[in-house]
Amino acid sequence: MSAPNKSYDPVEVEALKPEEIERMRDEALAAFAAADSLDALHEAKVAHTGPASPLSLANREIGALPPHAKAEAGKRVGMARGAVNKALAARQAELEAERDARVLVEEDVDVTLPYDRVPAGARHPLTTLSERIEDIFVAMGYEVAEGPQVEAEWFNFDALNIGPDHPARGEADTFFVEGPDGGAESGVVLRTHTSPVQIRSLLDRELPVYVICPGRVYRTDELDATHTPVFHQVELLAVDEGLTMADLKGTLDHMVQSLFGEGMKTRLRPNFFPFTEPSAEMDMLCYVCKGESVGNPDRPCRTCSSEGWIELGGCGMVNPRVLTACGVDPEKYSGFAFGFGIERMLMFRHNVDDMRDMVEGDVRFTRPFGMEI
Amino acid sequence: MRVPLSWLREYVDLPATETGRDVQAKLISAGLEVETVEQLGADLKGPLVVGQVLTIEELEGFKKPIRFCTVDVGQANGTGEPQEIVCGARNFAVGDKVVVVLPGATLPGGFSISARKTYGKVSHGMICSTDELGMGDDGTHGIIVLPPETEVGKDAIELLELVDEVLDIAVTANRGDCLSIRGVARETAIAYGLPLRDPALIDVPAPNAYGYPVQVADPFGCDRFTARTVTGLRPEARSPIWLQRRLQKVGMRPISLAVDVTNYVMMELGQPLHAYDRRLVQGTIGVRRAQEGEKLVTLDGVERKLHAEDLVITDERGPIGLAGVMGGANTEIADHTEDVENATTDVVIEAAHFNAVSIARTARRHKLLSEASRRFERGVDPQAAAAAAQRTVDLLVLLAGGTAEAGVTEVIAPSAPRTITVPADHPDKVAGVGYGRETVVRRLQEVGCDVYGQDELIVTVPSWRPDLTDPNDLAEEVIRLEGYENLPSTLPKPPAGRGLTGRQRLHRRIGRALAGAGYVEALNYPFVGEQVFDQLGLAAEDPARRVVKLVNPLSDEEPALRTTLLPGLLGALRRNDGRGSHDLALFETGLVFHPREERRAAVHLPVDRRPTDEEIAALDAALPEQPRHAAVVLAGAREQAGWWGKGRPADWADAIEAARTIAREAGAELAVRKGRYGPWHPGRCAELVVVADGAERVVGHAGELHPRVLKALGLPERTCAMELNLDALEEAGDGIPMAPGISTFPVATQDVALVVDKPVPAAEVEAALRAGAGELLESIRLFDVYENAEQLGEGRKSLAYALRFRAPDRTLTVDEASAARDAAVALAGERTGAVLRG
Repeated sequence: MSAPNKSYDPVEVEALKPEEIERMRDEALAAFAAADSLDALHEAKVAHTGPASPLSLANREIGALPPHAKAEAGKRVGMARGAVNKALAARQAELEAERDARVLVEEDVDVTLPYDRVPAGARHPLTTLSERIEDIFVAMGYEVAEGPQVEAEWFNFDALNIGPDHPARGEADTFFVEGPDGGAESGVVLRTHTSPVQIRSLLDRELPVYVICPGRVYRTDELDATHTPVFHQVELLAVDEGLTMADLKGTLDHMVQSLFGEGMKTRLRPNFFPFTEPSAEMDMLCYVCKGESVGNPDRPCRTCSSEGWIELGGCGMVNPRVLTACGVDPEKYSGFAFGFGIERMLMFRHNVDDMRDMVEGDVRFTRPFGMEI
Repeated sequence: MRVPLSWLREYVDLPATETGRDVQAKLISAGLEVETVEQLGADLKGPLVVGQVLTIEELEGFKKPIRFCTVDVGQANGTGEPQEIVCGARNFAVGDKVVVVLPGATLPGGFSISARKTYGKVSHGMICSTDELGMGDDGTHGIIVLPPETEVGKDAIELLELVDEVLDIAVTANRGDCLSIRGVARETAIAYGLPLRDPALIDVPAPNAYGYPVQVADPFGCDRFTARTVTGLRPEARSPIWLQRRLQKVGMRPISLAVDVTNYVMMELGQPLHAYDRRLVQGTIGVRRAQEGEKLVTLDGVERKLHAEDLVITDERGPIGLAGVMGGANTEIADHTEDVENATTDVVIEAAHFNAVSIARTARRHKLLSEASRRFERGVDPQAAAAAAQRTVDLLVLLAGGTAEAGVTEVIAPSAPRTITVPADHPDKVAGVGYGRETVVRRLQEVGCDVYGQDELIVTVPSWRPDLTDPNDLAEEVIRLEGYENLPSTLPKPPAGRGLTGRQRLHRRIGRALAGAGYVEALNYPFVGEQVFDQLGLAAEDPARRVVKLVNPLSDEEPALRTTLLPGLLGALRRNDGRGSHDLALFETGLVFHPREERRAAVHLPVDRRPTDEEIAALDAALPEQPRHAAVVLAGAREQAGWWGKGRPADWADAIEAARTIAREAGAELAVRKGRYGPWHPGRCAELVVVADGAERVVGHAGELHPRVLKALGLPERTCAMELNLDALEEAGDGIPMAPGISTFPVATQDVALVVDKPVPAAEVEAALRAGAGELLESIRLFDVYENAEQLGEGRKSLAYALRFRAPDRTLTVDEASAARDAAVALAGERTGAVLRG
C-alpha cells in the first residue's frame, strides 16, 4: 500500500494502467462465465470482487494518485468494477435459476398417491335423514319435540283414543314392560309410535302447537329384509285455530318438494287411525318416474314398482277426543298430524334393498353417507 | 276380506267392461284398501270338460301307484271315443264325474297340455285336482269328483267358475261392515253412484212364541238373539259347486253343507252364525257370563277354562259355546257324508249380536281369533241378524231338502237409533273446502244416514255403521266421498319458532365431531341379556345390572333393555371384524334404561279431560330413567400404515380423546383421572369427571378393555372403549363461549423437563405448573415423556413441557418469563415432588 505522493505519475503505477484494468475485468468476466455452479461462482466472486481481488487492490491505489490523476483512474476502475458486478449478478441469477429448476424437478411427487391415513367417519343415514326432515319444518317455524322411549300406556294408547279394548291396540305389536313385581301389568310399554310425544307436547306447550317429533319406536316384528323391531319415525303435529285438511295436504306437499324437488306432490287415500278423524294414508308421487311408468311396460320403475306412487305413512285431522284428553277445547282448536317411517324413506330415497343393512352397523354401509344427506 | 268380482256384481250392476283393477281404483279412492286384485284363471285355456270315468287299469311296477283310465268326455274330444288318460291320484272310482283337461289346453301357471307318453302309455290329457286348477283349498288336494248329476262333456271352466277376479281388501278396524260382500257392495254402489240390491232386504217372518226357547241373562253382552230351526236335512246333501267355489274364492274351505251355508251367509251379510245339532242341545238355550272355573271344549278341540267375564251360550248342562267366538264340541254338527247314521238332520241356527268389547276381550284372553270374533269386535249390523237367519234357513231348505219350522225366536234388548248433531258446515271447516249443505246432506244419505235440520243437522246413522259416533266421523264420510284427491293444498302459518334447542344442537354437534374424528355411527338394538353383564365383568352390586325387563321379548336370550351402550356397540364391532373390516372406530349416542328405586305401575287415567299435573307426574314416575349416553369403541389401526410411514394402533388414549372431543362440544370441563371399572383394563382405565353445581360427578369411563372381557365377548385384542352419560356432561357445560383477549406482544417460550416418580399423573404436574406460572402463562404443552432408569433413576420419568408466556400490555423481559417459569417449577416441585432435569 502506498502513501499519497504528489509527484506520482499514474501512468507509472502499473496496476492502474488502462490495459491492466481491462485485463483484470476480462479475467473476472471469464471466471464468472466459467463458473458452473453457485459454489464456483462464489469462489470467483471472492477472487475478483473480494477485498483482495486485483480490482479492489487497484481501487485502493487511486488514493495515492495526485488529484489531477484521481478522476481519470477512478472512472476507469469504477467502470471496470461496474461491469464485473453486473456480470456477476447476471451469472448468479442464471445459476440460481438453473439450480431452482433442477431442485424443483427433483422435488417432484406423485400427487395421485392415495391417502387414507385416518379413514373418514360418518353419521348414520337414519340420523341424518331424520335431521334433514326436521330442518324442513324448523324452517317453517315448527319446533322439535322429544319424549321417552319407554312410555306409559296412557300416552301411547289411551290419550290417542286407543282405549283398552280397541282392536287397534291388539294390532299394535307392542312390547310390554314388566311390572314392579315382575308381573305383566305395569301400564308401561316401549312406545309403538312417536305419537305419545304429540300428547306430551299438547300437555306441555302453549297453544298453538307446531311440533315435529322424530325418534325410535318399537314393535314386535322379527328382523328381516323389510321389517325391524326397532325403527324410526317422524311425526308432525299442528294444533291451532282453523286448521284444515287442506293445510295438512299443503304441508305434506311442501315436505316432499323440499326432500325430492319441485313438482313433487302427495296423494291422500281414506284410511282409519283412532287418533285422527278424518284419517288418510299418504302417498308421494314417485320421484324417479314421476308416475310415467304406470301402464308403460317399456319403462318399468323399480322405485315404485310402476305404481307411480310411493306409500309414505298415515295422517289426518287430530281426533277431537285426543284434544279433549289433553285439555284442548276441540270447539275452538283443530289440528292435523302425520307420521311415517324413516327406514322406508331411506330405502326408496337411497336405494337400500335390505332393512338389515341399517341395523347391523356395517361401516361399509354407513361410510358413504357422510355427515348429511 | 276377499271379494270375488262375480259375487259383487250380483248386488251392484257394474258396467260389464269394468275390470277388477277399475273397481280397485274406485274403492281405494273411497277409502277401502284394496291391496291386490287376483286374476283367477287368467292364463287358463280349454278344453277343460266334465268326464265320466269308464275304466281303471292299475299299472304295476312303478314306484307309486299309477292308473290308466278311459274317460267319457262326450263330444268334447271331437270323436266321442273314450279318452285315454294316465293318472297318479287314487281318490276316484269308475263311474265318477271328474274334470278332464284335453290336449291343447293350458292350465294356470302356463302349463300346456299335450298327449305324451308316460309310464309306458300315451296319456291324452289329465284328470284334474283343485290345486292344478288354482281353485283354492278343498281339504283333499285330490282329484275333483263332481256331483253325479253333472253333465258329461260340459265346459268345466264355466261350471267351476274358474275365471274371476278377487279383490283382497285390508279392512280397517272401524269398518266391520266391510267384512262382508254386502258392505263392500254398498261402498261400490256409492262409489259408482249405482243402486245397491241389499241382500239383507228379504222377507223375514215375525217372531212368535213357538220358536226354540232362548233366555238371555245378560242383555248388555247380547242385545239380540235370533233362533231358527230347520229339520229333515238330507244327510247325503253336499254343498253345490257354486257355493263351494264362492267359499274357496273368499278363502274358506268347504266342510259340510250346514257349516258351509252358515259361512256363506256370514260372508254375504257379515253376520256370524252358528248351527247347533238340535238333538245334542238339551233344553233352553241361554246367554250369560261364565262362572269362574267352568270349562268348555271348543270346536278346535281345545279345552278352555272360562273366565267370569266370558260370555257363553248354554243349555241345561252348561256352556255349549263361547259366544261370538267359537262353538262348543258338544253340540257340533256331524259330517253328513262320512257317518250317515249319526249325521245331523235337525239344526238350530243362532244369529245373535254381542257386545264388541266383551268379544274382543274373550278372543284375546283365549288367544282365539275367529272369523266370528273378528267381525263382532269390529262391529256387526244388529239389524241384519233376522235376515241372516232367514237366508240360512232358505239355503238349507233349498240345498238339503230341509223343512223350516214355523217357530221364530227373537230376543231383543230395546235400543234407540243413534243420532249425531252436527253443524251443516262442519265438513267444510274440517276439509277447508266449501261443499255446502246440499252436498253434505246428499253424501250422508248415500252412506245410509237419515238427515234432518238446516244449519244444525240431526243425523241418524245406519245400524251397520257403529263406527259413526262423532261429528268428525260424518265429516270424513263427506270428504272421502267428495274425494280426498280434490282437497286443495294450503299452508298454515305457524308462529315464529325458536329453532333447535341447545340440547338438540349439541346432539347433532357431537355426531359431527365424532364422525369428523373418523368414527362411524352405529344404531344398535337396546335389547340385552343379563349374561352380558358377567361378560363385561360388572361387579355383583353394579347398578348397571338392574334392568328394565320386557314381558314379551323377541328373544328369551335378550329380555331386558340396555343400561349401557357397550354390548350393542361391541356387537357391531365384532360383526364388522368378522366381515373383514378390522380397523374400526364406531360410535353411538342413545338412551339407556334404569329402573327407578321405587318401582310402581302406571295407572290408567281417564281421557275425557286433561290429567292433572300430579297425575302426569305419577305416570312419569312409573317410567324408568332414560338418560342419553354416548359411547365409542375402537380396534385395529387408528392410523393406517402407508407410503407416508408407519401406522398407529388404536389405543386407550384415543378412547379418552373421544370423551374430550364430546366434552369440548358440550363446553364442559372434563377431568380425566385414573379409574378402575368392570369392563376396562385396570391399568388403562380413565375415570371421566365433570363438576356440575359445585359437585364432582363421574360421568363415564374410557380406555382399553380388560383382556378377560375381550375373550368373553370374542373381540379383537386391544379393543378400546369409552362411554359417558351425555345428559350429565351437558349439565356441566357452560353456555356461551367468551372471546379471549388476544395480545399482539411477542411470545416468550421456556421449556422445562421435570423428573417425577412414575405414578405421578401428568395431569397433576401440569395443573401445578399452570397454577405456579400465574397469569403470564398463555399455554402449556407436554411435548415429551421419557423413561430411562440409568439417567433418571429407577421408577422415575421425565416430563418435558413447553411454556409460552405473554403479557397483554408489554413485551416480557427474559427475567420476567424466567421468574414465572421458576415459580411454576417450584409449585410443581412442592405438589408432586418434581425436580428440574439437570
